[in-house]
Order: sequence, then structure tokens, then C-alpha cells
Amino acid sequence: MAADRWIRRVAKPIVFAAALLPVTFLIWHAFHGELGANPLERITHDTGDWTLRFIVMTLAITPVRRLTGQNWLIRFRRMIGLFAFFYGCLHFLIYVVADRFAGLDFVDGVWAWSTARALAASIWDDIYKRPYITVGFTGLAAMVPLAITSTAGWIRRLGGRRWNRLHRLIYLTGVAGVIHYWWLVKADILHPAIYASLVAILLGLRIIWALKRSRWVRQPVQARA
Amino acid sequence: MLLRKSPDIRSSEITDKKLYLRRREFIQAAAVTAVGAAAATLGVPKADAAPSWPRVKVPNFSKTAYGAGEKPNSYQDITTYNNFYEFGTDKEDPGNNASPLKTKPWTIKVDGMVAKPAEYQLEDLIKPYALEERIYRMRCVEAWSMVIPWIGFPLSNLLKTVQPTSAAKFVEFTTLFRPQEMPGQRRDVLRWPYVEALRLDEAMHPLAIMAVGLYGEYLPNQNGAPMRLVVPWKYGFKGIKSIVRIRLTDKAPMNTWQLMAPNEYGFYANVNPSVDHPRWSQARERRIGEFVKRPTLMFNGYGDQVASLYSGMDLKKNY
Repeated sequence: MAADRWIRRVAKPIVFAAALLPVTFLIWHAFHGELGANPLERITHDTGDWTLRFIVMTLAITPVRRLTGQNWLIRFRRMIGLFAFFYGCLHFLIYVVADRFAGLDFVDGVWAWSTARALAASIWDDIYKRPYITVGFTGLAAMVPLAITSTAGWIRRLGGRRWNRLHRLIYLTGVAGVIHYWWLVKADILHPAIYASLVAILLGLRIIWALKRSRWVRQPVQARA
Repeated sequence: MLLRKSPDIRSSEITDKKLYLRRREFIQAAAVTAVGAAAATLGVPKADAAPSWPRVKVPNFSKTAYGAGEKPNSYQDITTYNNFYEFGTDKEDPGNNASPLKTKPWTIKVDGMVAKPAEYQLEDLIKPYALEERIYRMRCVEAWSMVIPWIGFPLSNLLKTVQPTSAAKFVEFTTLFRPQEMPGQRRDVLRWPYVEALRLDEAMHPLAIMAVGLYGEYLPNQNGAPMRLVVPWKYGFKGIKSIVRIRLTDKAPMNTWQLMAPNEYGFYANVNPSVDHPRWSQARERRIGEFVKRPTLMFNGYGDQVASLYSGMDLKKNY
């Protein structure tokens, strides 16, 4: 089919390249010293923002598809979701290096076993102790099984229904991501509130549709009785 | 049998070892050139673009020994990375949005428990005092820090002029409220106007200054023009900017951040590595421009001078 080939050969590569633009810009600006006075903070915030944006886009595909009837959108869901995971991993890695590693004592120098142990302890303590880190990490961890089982082989192995059920974990990631952002701002909740409303709408639509569906299922049973 | 084969490559074609060892530099240089050329054609603004605010030299000030041995952060860093929510909550917002603020004329109302309440013109208020440069460390409650060469005068001089009455125990400061020129005030991010306060003995301490300049120039708007408070042993948010009112009182005033989140921000806000912010550690700080975080010092390293102000106080409770 022509449309199918167009999606595979043209649209997908374009979306893929576009999804790499944020990280490309970051590297570009870093090269030019244009990330402001606190580049590590800027990179941390930027990758976090993009993680949330890709999570929202992933969550938006099914509702938009349903509301508009544009079924080809589903063809991009996996890619967008994997980019959410990609930016989430970048965000976490930068946190590990700029926030945790940079805050160590380096008692035996940088290249020492004690450094690796101290780093692991420092990350673990932070995840355990700081609620906004706990939820942020939970959201990222929930994406790991989804990324692993994103291949056609895994869909076959799990079966469509089980695979679908597993991939509802992205709802948890959406909620966790918003809470993570909300809990870390000092006073201005405007941006986390925008993400919260988007996630609420996208999850709310699913709840409404699920309720409707269950009513349709029940009605014929009653009619027969 | 062993056959001796002549080498495929003539020795003249082999890259000199010295050059070979520098291959990374060549690659880097090539990459920088390529990216630089691309940037030039795209017109990406350079980080060292000239600032959009006027820069006016302070004519007379004396140097002091404060901060000897400290390396100040760059003018660029100090004037483009600011927390001044009146102009927006991103660090770059104040530098981008503060230029329209008119700081001339500027009046400062001094009232409350003082012998000489008055509305002062800024020039008249500053005139009697000799300006001096003091290089201070500035530790933000968000766990980053800078070193800033302020120009100002001791707050105690100003207070002696207006003569607090014997009943006065606290000094309260208020920032300008002018949403037309301070776009951040058009949303209720904080309760405007911003208010800060010190105990009178803290305010009289020789380290507490009123700053009117930095790096030998009058303050840019984003740094709190035309006059701001600097209390180097406290978290940066105590250093209230663009002050329009100074009030002496006998009751502890509520400062803005304490009103916002009393479990996170207290009245004292002394720099203290052993009392964490509920959401993050205060044990270390990132000095702007550095990678490895420094250990945060008690009272931001000014303990020798100021610790006696708090003797006998539980600093875990009075955070």
C-alpha cells in the first residue's frame, strides 16, 4: 500500500529526526557555552521537560486517534514512547553525574572502588529520602519493562491482551512524572499544572470510555434476563 | 621459511608520531570550526553579547579586604542568573525582563519605631555614607553559590541616621510593587510585595550592607537596583531587592518565603549545612562555574563574625 510505504519511508524518519532535535540543540548550545551560568541545571531541567512532553504525546495518541479517526497515528506510538524513555534515561544519567557524582567526597580519588560504592549509596539514599526523587525514579523504572517489550517479538510472546495490560504502566509514569515536577518547584506551579491538566485529560478520557464500555457490556445481559 | 616482505607503506607516508598524538586536537578544532561556521550563518546569539542594560560606573568607592583570596564570578554570570520573581521565575527572566523598570526617581519610606521617620530620595539617603567594595560569598537556598564584588555601605550607618527607638527590635524591608514594570507581579506566584526582615542586632552587624553596585558599576535592575540588602551569612532570599520601605518594629515580621512555606523557610535562614531543606540537602553547594560541589560552610563561612548573634539558640528549630 502506498500510504504504508510513505509512513515507513518518509514520515517515520522525519518524526525520528524531529524527536532528536531537543538533544541536538542541547549539545549545540553546550558547544557554544550558551547554556547560561548553570549549564548542568539547564540540561537537567531541559531533559526532564522533554521526558514529560514525550510522555504526554504518547498518552495523547490513542485519544486523538479515537476522536479524529486518524488511525495511522498508532504507527508512531512506539517511537514516541521510546523517545520518552530515551529522554528519561538522559535526565536520570545527568542527575547521577551532575547531582550525585559531583557531590561525593572522593576520599580515595576519583577512580576508586570506594567512589563507585559511594555513588551507588548516594543515589539510593536520595531515592529513598527525597519524595520527589522517589516518584521520579518510579516513573522511569515503570518505563523499563515497556521499552524492553516494545518489539514485535515481545508482543507475540506476551499476546496482545497481556501486552496491552502491561503497557498501561505508562499511566503510572505520566502521573509520577507530573508529581515529580510539582514537588520540586519552589513557588511557581504554572508549568507542572499544565502537564497535570494534560495528563488528567488524557487519563480521564480513558476512564470515561472504559466506564461506557462496561455499561454496554452489562446492558445486553440485563435485557436478556 | 621466513620471507621478508617489504612494508606496504613508505615511511614518508606515515604520519609523524608527534602529529599523530595530537589527532584529537585536530578533530576538535575541525569540529569547532565547522559548528562555529554553521552557528555564524544561523545567527545564533553568542553568550558574550553586549548586555541590553546601561552600565554606569560608580565614581567613588574604596576597596576593602573583605573576600581577599576569593575569585568573583563573572559579570555575565552575576547579571544573567538571578532569582528575582518580580521579573519571572526562570533564572534568565530578570536579565531579560528588568530593563523597563524605572529606578529614577526613587523614594524610600522609613517609618515605624524611629526618631526620624521620613520619605527619602535615594540620593539623599546614600549621600552621607562612604561606599566600599566588599567581595562576599552568596549562598542560595537552592544549593548553588556565587562570589560577588558588591559596592555598598553598612546597613548600621543608615539605621544610626534614622535612629530606631529603644522599643524597636526588628527591621522590615519591602520591595517595590509595580506590576506595569515588573511582569512577574502580574501573577500571584508570591504574595506581593516581597517582604524581608532582620532582628535589629543582625541588621546592626558590620557584615550586613546595603548594596548599590557590583563590579564597580551601579546595580543592573535584575540584581535589585537601585538599592538592596546583602546579608552574606544568610541564604540569598534574605537579600531583598529594590527596597522602597524600611520599617522598625517590636514584633517579628513575617517574611514572604516563610508565608509561602513555613516548614521550608524560616525567619532566620542562616546558611547551615546540617539543617536540610525538607526537599533537598544543604550539606553541599555548586559554586557557579564549578563541577564538583563544595561542602557548605556554617554561616556561609562567616561564623567567626556572626555566630555570637545566635549563642544559646537552637538553630534546628530557628531555621
